[in-house]
Amino acid sequence: MEKEKILIEVRNLEKIYRSGEIELHALSGVSLSIEAGEFVAIMGASGSGKSTFMNIIGCLDSPTYGEYYLDGIDVLKLNRDQLAELRNKKIGFIFQSFNILSRTTAIENVELPLLYNNKLNSKERREKAFNALKAVGLGDRPDALPNQLSGGQQQRVAIARALVNEPQVILADEPTGNLDSRTSYEIMEIFQNLNDKGITIVMVTHEADIAMFAISNILFKDGKIIENNSVKNRKSASEELKKNPKADINKMLK
Amino acid sequence: MRIVNLIRIASRSLSKNKLRTFLTMLGIIIGVASVIAMLAIGEGSKQNIKASIASLGTNSIMIFPGAVNQGGVRMEAGSSANLKREDSEAILARCPLVEFVSPVVRTGAQIITGSQNWRTIVIGAFTDYFSIRNLNVVSGTYFSATDERAAAKVCLVGQTVSVNLFGEGSDPIGQVMRINRIPFKIIGLLEKKGQNTFGQDQDDIIIAPFSTVQKRMLSTTNINQIIASAVSEEDVDGAKDEITMLLRERHKLAEDVEDDFTVRTQSDISNIFGSISKVLTILLGSIASISLLVGGIGIMNIMLVSVTERTKEIGIRLAVGAKSKDVLMQFMIEAMFISFVGGIIGVGLGTLVSVLVAKFGGWPVAVTIYSIALSFLFAAIIGIFFGWYPARKAARLNPIDALRYE
Repeated sequence: MEKEKILIEVRNLEKIYRSGEIELHALSGVSLSIEAGEFVAIMGASGSGKSTFMNIIGCLDSPTYGEYYLDGIDVLKLNRDQLAELRNKKIGFIFQSFNILSRTTAIENVELPLLYNNKLNSKERREKAFNALKAVGLGDRPDALPNQLSGGQQQRVAIARALVNEPQVILADEPTGNLDSRTSYEIMEIFQNLNDKGITIVMVTHEADIAMFAISNILFKDGKIIENNSVKNRKSASEELKKNPKADINKMLK
Repeated sequence: MRIVNLIRIASRSLSKNKLRTFLTMLGIIIGVASVIAMLAIGEGSKQNIKASIASLGTNSIMIFPGAVNQGGVRMEAGSSANLKREDSEAILARCPLVEFVSPVVRTGAQIITGSQNWRTIVIGAFTDYFSIRNLNVVSGTYFSATDERAAAKVCLVGQTVSVNLFGEGSDPIGQVMRINRIPFKIIGLLEKKGQNTFGQDQDDIIIAPFSTVQKRMLSTTNINQIIASAVSEEDVDGAKDEITMLLRERHKLAEDVEDDFTVRTQSDISNIFGSISKVLTILLGSIASISLLVGGIGIMNIMLVSVTERTKEIGIRLAVGAKSKDVLMQFMIEAMFISFVGGIIGVGLGTLVSVLVAKFGGWPVAVTIYSIALSFLFAAIIGIFFGWYPARKAARLNPIDALRYE
């Protein structure tokens, strides 16, 4: 994949929430370009506008003003169903609260985006979903229900679901927010592997150590980007995991 | 999304809430079952009435004298004495579409035989009367035209009369009985006809030659009625017109004067009762439809709850690429599934109830394909109608609002 290709481009994004007389500027003029193959971590305090920004570039929400091009497509000109298709084909979204369907098995959750994409028959769908689950290390538990899985495993199901349609970009809104640090590192390991394969990743986090796994960091404050740096001393999640072996907690418990 | 997948999703979410699904379905089941049972009862009584009217003879035509209208005072229909035996004979002679004609006189009489007595109706008519009314004898014979001309004192008796005068099972043929003190010889026993639709015992009757009753018992020249039959069922209306024209001519009625008689065909009479039972059917059916409507409101209610409850799920589906249409169809199929399955069970239950009513209630029922189709269609429409609003509500959700919904 060409490094120079611009995948996400936003210009002067503004999002204004109105409640009665009061106007709240969630975003006030955000312009940003993200190249294909990037791994961006967006940081910022609560209410800095980072989640609003993610929802807009994830085509889940629309800005009050501004322009947004995803892979050259003028997103703001699309209708509801065209946006749905874009979400289905080009974007994989990962949420802090996992957002997987309860009482639905892991593999069926992963199959979900494929169901809204008529190209495959049920056998191909099953196979593709199983491969995605295997890629996130859950190949042994395809029929587990969410309440039989740990938080980290549920998030892996969500990642598999985001991957299954082979999107160009993965958007993750605080993917490690509900997880302990070791599990967080495991998720970051998956992200780094995906990124190495050329998938663009945009991730919101407020944990500085998680942001160190990205290629570049963007800092939001009061609805504006105040910093955009590449990460010096980028960490590798797999190496961090080696330094901090799994046995730790088990040893303590014994 | 493919329809198979939508059906799978819908059936899964319905099976997650089995009790709720069943109770919602119950509204439709009861609605459809009651529509079918009510229509079956209405239809059954309609067919029953029709059958018993048809048993009077499908080709038969009745002519009644008109009402007396003297100095503006109008008396009851049939009170006028303007139908004569000659009218009857003229009809037979001049109306080609009429096959049989008989004048009819009718009187109540006290019958005495040995130690028994009985009050019944005596009808005086021509031999044709038996053909027109489909009356058969089980023993003995009909009276002949000669008996009629001679005003012979012979008669045929119905089963009820026979039983009351001579006892169960005994043969009355050849017996002599006194009708208003005139001795009559019984020459025939009529076949049992049972009650008619209006509860009258059709076997409580004596039939004697017309001139015998008219001259010997009543001593009048006017008659109660003329009864005729057309050559075929299709010619009934034509025969009616012929009779009307002939009688107007014979009664010398000017163009602008109303008929002084009434001609009724079998179909006129069956139409009157048909429309009565139609009203009954519509009434029963519409009451039952209300319960079906209430069942539909139940579907809407539960679907609205379901949409609210599953807002987050809808958000997730929208986030991974579900189109509005997909979400709409998902909820529509749930609603339709409830109403379809409810409709099918309701058809079964309604038919069962109808059969039970027929068996234990002794009420005639007729489950028709039409009533099954109607109620099933109605249930389906209700499912679509009441499922559409909640489904549309779900389909119009904003993805981010739905995802944030707790």
